[in-house]
Amino acid sequence: MAKKNQSIGKDIFRTAIIDSFKKLDPRNMVKNPVMFVVEIGFFLTLLLSIFPNLFGGHYELSQIPFNLVISFILLITVLFGNFAEAIAEGRGKAQAESLRRTKTDLMADRREKEGSYEKVPASTLRKGDVVRVTAGGMIPADGEVIKGLGSVDESAITGESAPVIRGAGGDFSSVTGGTKLLSDELIIEVTVNPGESFLDKMIGLVEGASRQKTPNELALTVLLAGLTLIFLIVVVTLGPFAGYVHGSIDTVTLIALLVCLIPTTIGALLSAIGIAGMDRIIRFNVVAKSGKAVEAAGDVNTLILDKTGTITIGNRLASDFIPVGSHNLKDLINTAVLSSLFDETPEGRSVIDLAKKDGVTLSREDYNDAENVDFSADTRMSGLNLPDGTMVRKGAVDAIKEDVQKKGGRIPEDLDAKMERVAKEGGTPLAVIKNQEIYGLIYLKDIIKPGMRQRFEELRKMGIKTVMCTGDNPLTAATIALEAGVDDFIAEAKPEDKMRLIREEQEQGKLVAMSGDGTNDAPALAQADVGLAMNTGTMAAKEAGNMVDLDSDPTKLIEVVSIGKQLLITRGSITTFSIANDVAKYFAIIPAMFTTIIPQLQSLNIMHLTSPRSAILSAIIFNALIIPLLIPLAMKGVKYRPVSATTLLVKNLLIYGIGGIIVPFLGIKIIDLIITGLGLSNI
Amino acid sequence: MTWIGSIQILLVLGIILLIAIPLGGYLYRVFSGQRSWLERVYSPCEKVLYRLSGINPTVEMDWKGYIKALLLVNFVMMIFAYLIFRLQGYLPLNPDHIPSMPWDLAFNTAASFITNTDWQNYSGEASMSYLGQTLAVTYLQFTAGATGIVAAFAFIRGMLGNKSKTMGNFWVDFIKVHTRVLVPIAFILAIVLVGLGVPQTYSGAQTVHTLQGAAQTISRGPVASLESIKEFGTNGGGFFNANSAHPYENPSVLTNVIEIIALLSIPTASIFAFGRFLKNRRQAVILYVFITAMLVLGAFLIYWSETAGNPLLNKMLGLSGANMEGKEVRFGLPLTSLFTAATTATSTGAVTAMHDSLTPLGGFVPLLFMMLNLIFGGAGAGILNIIMYLIITVFISGLMVGRTPEIFGKKIESKEIKLATMSLLVHPFLILVATAIAIVTKNGVSSMANPGLHGFSEVLYAFTSAAANNGSAFGGLSGNTLFYNLMLGTVMLLGRFITIIAMFAIAGSLGSKATIPESVGTLRTDTFAFGGVFVAIALVVGALTFFPVLSLGPIAEHLQMWSGFLGK
Repeated sequence: MAKKNQSIGKDIFRTAIIDSFKKLDPRNMVKNPVMFVVEIGFFLTLLLSIFPNLFGGHYELSQIPFNLVISFILLITVLFGNFAEAIAEGRGKAQAESLRRTKTDLMADRREKEGSYEKVPASTLRKGDVVRVTAGGMIPADGEVIKGLGSVDESAITGESAPVIRGAGGDFSSVTGGTKLLSDELIIEVTVNPGESFLDKMIGLVEGASRQKTPNELALTVLLAGLTLIFLIVVVTLGPFAGYVHGSIDTVTLIALLVCLIPTTIGALLSAIGIAGMDRIIRFNVVAKSGKAVEAAGDVNTLILDKTGTITIGNRLASDFIPVGSHNLKDLINTAVLSSLFDETPEGRSVIDLAKKDGVTLSREDYNDAENVDFSADTRMSGLNLPDGTMVRKGAVDAIKEDVQKKGGRIPEDLDAKMERVAKEGGTPLAVIKNQEIYGLIYLKDIIKPGMRQRFEELRKMGIKTVMCTGDNPLTAATIALEAGVDDFIAEAKPEDKMRLIREEQEQGKLVAMSGDGTNDAPALAQADVGLAMNTGTMAAKEAGNMVDLDSDPTKLIEVVSIGKQLLITRGSITTFSIANDVAKYFAIIPAMFTTIIPQLQSLNIMHLTSPRSAILSAIIFNALIIPLLIPLAMKGVKYRPVSATTLLVKNLLIYGIGGIIVPFLGIKIIDLIITGLGLSNI
Repeated sequence: MTWIGSIQILLVLGIILLIAIPLGGYLYRVFSGQRSWLERVYSPCEKVLYRLSGINPTVEMDWKGYIKALLLVNFVMMIFAYLIFRLQGYLPLNPDHIPSMPWDLAFNTAASFITNTDWQNYSGEASMSYLGQTLAVTYLQFTAGATGIVAAFAFIRGMLGNKSKTMGNFWVDFIKVHTRVLVPIAFILAIVLVGLGVPQTYSGAQTVHTLQGAAQTISRGPVASLESIKEFGTNGGGFFNANSAHPYENPSVLTNVIEIIALLSIPTASIFAFGRFLKNRRQAVILYVFITAMLVLGAFLIYWSETAGNPLLNKMLGLSGANMEGKEVRFGLPLTSLFTAATTATSTGAVTAMHDSLTPLGGFVPLLFMMLNLIFGGAGAGILNIIMYLIITVFISGLMVGRTPEIFGKKIESKEIKLATMSLLVHPFLILVATAIAIVTKNGVSSMANPGLHGFSEVLYAFTSAAANNGSAFGGLSGNTLFYNLMLGTVMLLGRFITIIAMFAIAGSLGSKATIPESVGTLRTDTFAFGGVFVAIALVVGALTFFPVLSLGPIAEHLQMWSGFLGK
């Protein structure tokens, strides 16, 4: 795998080098005002290398090598900038390539004309094809069940933990690609064509390199262009000033000064940073439909998360047994295990698992002759009918109570109180009965995904408010909210409630992010500033959101926020670095420039650079070299840890602000020493 | 440098702080439309003025309406002043029979006073009638200061609006700033100055016979009324050519301290008023601390450099001691240094010493302060510049913390950056391009008094002073030529109004945005860290731009002087 990556790397590298020359086209360069100025500088210095006296003066032929070297370095500077952009684009293209590969990985059993089934890649399925899916398999594409009946785990789409029954005919015949068949076998007719699938559209988006500048990038470009203009004024007016004090500064030196002062470092890396930011999102298996969405993610104030599947694992698990009336714990556990012995639902399995911890295990073989009663919406209970006529059930408390009363049984006095306690703590109580006797309650609990608390803690540090959305009653919701550490919750939430919350927050000027997958989430996804749709979700949801998570992991929203922030931080830090660099460059070039006119200005040469020419060369070489040196940073992004904004500012200022002042002093001095060592200081 | 001297400087700055806080609160009350304890006096006066001038005080203006009214008023007043200068020879209140000004000088003078610059290419006692001094100069010193203050607070109100387009009513603000701030305080100040020996009379110059029997003409006039608003409105245009160094404008140490306090009071108070508008006292404190630090550093740099004196002169004449050329002995070095720093930090431009005679580093500070133009800055205009730099700072540091930058709850997007960059550009453009033009033309060079680098500094200083609407002169340069009258006049007008227009457009844009509530992720602008970045950005973007030209001017001069170079 590593080897494969390397070869891709080499490929990208080679294409990027070629591209960086292609990008020299002035029509392309003009989009980047800072680097365009450098390119013009290159052409002018090249002309001056051929005709040193083009703009007046009486330059000797000995001026030519110096002019040529400056001209060459300016060309290199432009090429470095182009290379940064090209390599970032190359990686995006490679990413699209690998997306395409994952798509082909999913296989499907397609029915051929003669009725046999053949394994084909899911990507080749066409509308009207018929596929077979067996228990445990993934449904390869959106479609309609035409034969069979089976339970399908759609929790990734609907957030509903219980498997749903899908079968031919009726309302429950449509299945979604990416969901998992748990039991039985389904014959499905595919309803979408290749190329119409979501993934296909995504690949198109990634490849379409016609990237639009994001709002912040636009603003920064304006500022950089403004600074460039200011420095242009500074440099152009220097000529007359020097002339006044009976000196003259040759145009090549002025161009060198200009290129050093204008923010070339950030100018060269700006678009690479943007492309790399998008690329990081894609690598993270999230596809953003626009760079604007990624930037918006960094600004999010409020995060709306569904409880089920995002904050808690999709299923509720048994966490306690609570005996009622005169029954003891041991009897309750035994009865509970018996009621769940053949129950394949996650809840049922969790009852067995919890009992095991309490030392109770029953083997299925001993009860092979018992009759299993599945859960049904009608009875709302499930369990076993033993051969001796004993009936063991577990189920919703009110359903059980009703059943017991019907049969003339007695309701233990402490049942209601214990049931309420469970509900209050955020759990779901299930009652367990043997015949008419209520033994006690199974405490089903929402299990919060590991690490969620810390993540909400981090989000709080970033200044992001988290709101949990759940269909639970307010009591239960409050408990889970407290346990997970979210800031707020909406209980008994309907899709309209989500929409209302988003609108309310936006009214206050906040940016809202949410993840969703169902069709009924679509309006909210569209309304939210960042709508992360799950790839397994419905088409409507994917169309409405501005990002799609290919792994369908709603918690990724948190990382998306980090990546958005990182993108801005990288831009800001390199800008700061670039501007701070000017201090050292001034101290290199100003004394070099004026030293023949006013010898005393030599005391500004605090770096003790060997000669004026070597000083100018060192500054401009440093200016060029810093670009490729920072390409890795631009690609990877500045590290982001959730801390308060001021702490982050101080930290980044120390590194990129103070560092930006010190590094060029060292760099320019070292380059000067090398130039001097090579005997080129008076070229 | 002595301890006593240093304490003098710090003491005066301490008094200013004590005045700035309550005055800031008062400014806030005036511009947020709150009642004042003199409401019963103010309100009826204002109502009469509203009725007389047909103002409906309940009308709210958007930024375009506001700026149109502001520009219109300024234009009309400038024409008015121009006509007075052109016709003063024929108009009353001219006991000394001073002739009318030529058109270019009249233009320069009108432009100068309308822009709060108060650059004077004329000497008051010889070229300005009492009518001109009062009806044009003193009047414009009120209205120019008023324009700046009104613009600043309208900007703040507009910027802080939540999805609103209104900035208030220009006419109401313009009247209120006169009735409630400038007129009463300037009036009291004038009375105090009169009590301390500043003349206030409409009688003409007096001819006296000295003890030696010679006849001497002593100029006088309505000085105190001009002097008070000259300082309080950060104007700086003196009655006499010698400005605040003249004993009739500034007779004693006490009046000198009062004048320093007067010229700093509105700019410093504006910072606190700004904090009140933001409902963030800390923000005001942070800005105040960092800006004062720059002011103190500058004042002490002048003090140190002047105390060290001129090594060349000292060596040749066998002297040791401070450089006292062009200074008033009665004020002393410390207060002269503070006055020089304060008058160039705020865009006042009154002088108690000849800046031309300062040591190179002593002259470097006033130049740098005017180039930065944000160390408190002029009345109102200073706050606008400070906010412009805050926007740039917030933009860069906002990116560094990973959010779309926002200032006071408003997102900064490319529109605001475009406008802020434009006003950032105006200053170096005007200074450098105008200086370059002057230096390559014969008209420009021939006005210099000194050759070489010092002459260069004179021209650079003149255009910096004009662009910053400061008005202080380096001396030396004879500005009353067609070339300089027109160039300087134009630079002053552009330097003043382009910034105001661009900033108003920003306020309009920010005001129409929703205010984002603050969260932990918001970059706080009221921390020391941010204050540090603000100063760093101001120095790197604002001052380094001028590093090449400064190194040709005062820096080169300083290095030459200390290396014993005597010139070619």
